[in-house]
Amino acid sequence: MAENKRIDAPTGTQTVGHEWDGIEELDTPMPRWWVFTFWACILWGLGYIVLFPAIPMLNGATPGLWNWSSRGQLEQELKAETARRAPITNALAAIPVEQLAGNEKLYQAAIEGGRAAFKVHCVQCHGSGAAGSKGYPNLNDDDWLWGGDLPAIHYTLTNGIRQPDHEATRFSQMPAFGGVLANGEIDAVAAYVQTLSGKAKPSALSASGAALFANNCASCHGTDGKGLREFGAPNLTDGIWLYGGDVASIKTTITKARYGVMPRWDNRLDPVTIKMLAAYVHSLGGGEANAAPVPAAVPDPEKVAANVQP
Amino acid sequence: MTSTPKTGAFSHKNLERNVSLLGLCALGAVAIGGIVEIAPLFWIDSTVEKVEGVRPYTPLELTGRNIYIREGCYVCHSQMVRPFRDEVERYGPYSLAAESMYDHPFQWGSKRTGPDLARVGGRYSDEWHRAHLKDPRSVVPESIMPPYAFLAERPVKAGQMAGHLTALSRVGVPYSKDAIKEADADLMAQADPNADGAALQARYPKAQVRDFDGNPAKVTELDAVVAYLQMLGTLVDHQKAKPFEQPR
Repeated sequence: MAENKRIDAPTGTQTVGHEWDGIEELDTPMPRWWVFTFWACILWGLGYIVLFPAIPMLNGATPGLWNWSSRGQLEQELKAETARRAPITNALAAIPVEQLAGNEKLYQAAIEGGRAAFKVHCVQCHGSGAAGSKGYPNLNDDDWLWGGDLPAIHYTLTNGIRQPDHEATRFSQMPAFGGVLANGEIDAVAAYVQTLSGKAKPSALSASGAALFANNCASCHGTDGKGLREFGAPNLTDGIWLYGGDVASIKTTITKARYGVMPRWDNRLDPVTIKMLAAYVHSLGGGEANAAPVPAAVPDPEKVAANVQP
Repeated sequence: MTSTPKTGAFSHKNLERNVSLLGLCALGAVAIGGIVEIAPLFWIDSTVEKVEGVRPYTPLELTGRNIYIREGCYVCHSQMVRPFRDEVERYGPYSLAAESMYDHPFQWGSKRTGPDLARVGGRYSDEWHRAHLKDPRSVVPESIMPPYAFLAERPVKAGQMAGHLTALSRVGVPYSKDAIKEADADLMAQADPNADGAALQARYPKAQVRDFDGNPAKVTELDAVVAYLQMLGTLVDHQKAKPFEQPR
């Protein structure tokens, strides 16, 4: 609405065209670059509205010509990544885990994949260096509860340990001896267990524990205390302790027993990732060569039942 | 002033000298902005995708959630897996809007000093959570999380859950009359391994009933927090939910 617009003589600039008590306002033009940027932004905005989801409607925004969505983009990225990895993952899926260590190239690829997956799924318990902590086994040493060759590690990862909803899981239960053995007897067994790894020198107390050990513990831990992987019974002679090797910890273990659990991963991770994790754990330092015949992985339920406190 | 000013009803001059007209026009201009911003909120329910399995929190989980908020866990932990490759590969399927539709307030967060917790449920054992809450360094040596050992000492206060559930039902969380009546009993039953969990599980499908804090003798705040953490992100079956998520 042009009202009384005129050129202001001293500045040579047009006025906006209205006055109040003789006061007028100059209409200084915006700098060119500013006007250009302004219109460019508006054009860009229009383009965006046409191409991308923008205007909210009753059941969601208008989709835009490109049909873009963050979920669709994610799906494409994941698909591209899957395709990129396909040659290796297909080969890993095809190779039986028993033969994985024999194929050096695949084994190395699996280790690297496992290293990444370990940081996501395993470090929370086994630690970022896989060194474990009290109750969570160290995976860098060669002390294995359930077996340390590739198929055994793979089986443990797949089926977990003491998972109640899963039949193939690794299962055993140490009896709690509190109430079965008298306090003095538990002291004696603990003293004897300490002598097995040379942590304490044999004494009268430990000597009295030897017979108790033979009667109560040897069926799983072995007469020499070297453990039995069929039951996940730890080797007591190697000085590696999952729950602590001091007298107090050993007495707690004997009195209350332990019941460490590990998740089964077959319902969370794909088979290839599990295989890669097995290779990584196997590579950490304690990996064993495959046992000649693959050991019966599931403990005989009768034997386990016979082992549980009556 | 050389030319005669134009005098249309909405001329600059008229608007400037007529307060009522100026007010009316200003109201009109502001109303446009208001409608654009406010109107979509009336249809917000129709924009939340329908996903099966999401249910209101059980009283114990709700107590855990309140402790989570009280202790400021949200300051360091977010609860939303965003649809990016790095997040999906680390945390699991991205979060759906429906998964936090009964959250008052939601815990999406914007700061991750610690990891995202939207999918933490079932990822660790209860024992791990106990050890980690009592002394985070015992299981994660490089952690900078403060210890929360006192949670194991503080009993959960029963007696106020019915009021709490009523308040939530007023803002749209579908707690049944039955659920509100039994709230305090449910609170205790979920942490009691010997309780009959059938009624609780009928009210809250997929509710996990067990002793969470390793001390069956009493129900502590540790019970509540672990129960809450163990259910996070577990309600929706993401394989089933896939058809609902049409990428556009």
